[in-house]
Amino acid sequence: MPLVYAGVCSHAPGITGRSDQADRAVRDSFYAAFDLMRSDIEASKPDAIVVIAAEHFANFFMNNMPSFAIGMADHYEGPIEDSTWLGIDKQVVPGNRELSQRFISEVMKGSDVSYAEEWKFDHGIMVPLHFLTPRYDTAIIPVNINCQGPPLAPLQRAWAFGESIRAAADALPERIAVVGTGGISHWPATPDSGKINVDWDHDFMDRWCRNDRDALLDYDDLSVYAEAGQGGFEIRTFIAVSAAAGGATGTVHFLEPIPIFAVSCTVASYAI
Amino acid sequence: MSLYAVQKFLFELNRSESAQAQFRAAPDSMLADFDLTDEEIQALLEPDIGLLFHLGVNGQILMHFAAFHQVEWQDYLQRMRDGISKHGPVREGVYAMTTAADAVVAPVHTPSNTTTSDGDH
Repeated sequence: MPLVYAGVCSHAPGITGRSDQADRAVRDSFYAAFDLMRSDIEASKPDAIVVIAAEHFANFFMNNMPSFAIGMADHYEGPIEDSTWLGIDKQVVPGNRELSQRFISEVMKGSDVSYAEEWKFDHGIMVPLHFLTPRYDTAIIPVNINCQGPPLAPLQRAWAFGESIRAAADALPERIAVVGTGGISHWPATPDSGKINVDWDHDFMDRWCRNDRDALLDYDDLSVYAEAGQGGFEIRTFIAVSAAAGGATGTVHFLEPIPIFAVSCTVASYAI
Repeated sequence: MSLYAVQKFLFELNRSESAQAQFRAAPDSMLADFDLTDEEIQALLEPDIGLLFHLGVNGQILMHFAAFHQVEWQDYLQRMRDGISKHGPVREGVYAMTTAADAVVAPVHTPSNTTTSDGDH
């Protein structure tokens, strides 16, 4: 069945862990955008949500680092972080091993991926799920793009991976939603946390909404690092969703810098 | 000596509650499994967040380690700044510092300096 939903959102740990330190009016508007995203996903009645994330060493390390990985289990655990620090209690998140296996087999027709029958979620997936599936009652298929340990897959490969995800979703009888999650410009977990290149973010999201493949791939890691920080490498997740959207154009529902959350907090979706 | 080994240890620790229990009970024995210098061992035991940042520990790995030690967010940021002031720029890796030593990048909003709304989450 054709893909039923495609959107993106932020996942920074401060969104839940430091909620009391943000400007409340801006924060609440951001949370409202998350609620809108949740209701849109629920309206699409997904059998599973593919979450294209950029994890932070919860599962993968430089001893064996896959560029692209997909989970294949009936249950996942998270967050790995201290629950009080993140503001999210430990959860057992439902998966669907059998569906994951069929999904992975389809993705492999177009892209090389690793699969993982064990997967622990960090804030990169738990923060979005906290807002989007707060009852943890929808099967999740976790997907990771290495955005942490260089060398990183080129953006063209992230695009091709997104196309493979779309082809896989369309080939299955189930209703599949895709959510990409990452930061745009940010310098997370450093003393620079809170530094945000707002102009760069708006330019990127303009390219994202137009779903302009050439413009989205017209970045290189050196310039991204200089202008958007090491957190900017996570645009790979947004670009994969663009490819999965199959030419659809998008809408930004929220895009505002919240420095204590370390990013331009973002909620956007494609009209697929 | 080996940033890789420091980060590998922290990776193993951050993702496992059993490893965290082991580290709390017998930190020296757990560190013995990794090829670490005395300086690195001391930095991990203290923990010296500033020195670990200077050595080049990926901020995501270091952030989780700080959370494990219940280091409050602003304190975590300050410890890294202090580490750079004391030891110099980050030695390697992509998690460097680009702002001034005394920069306040992300001010905290409190009820006294921000707008309010009735909603809460």
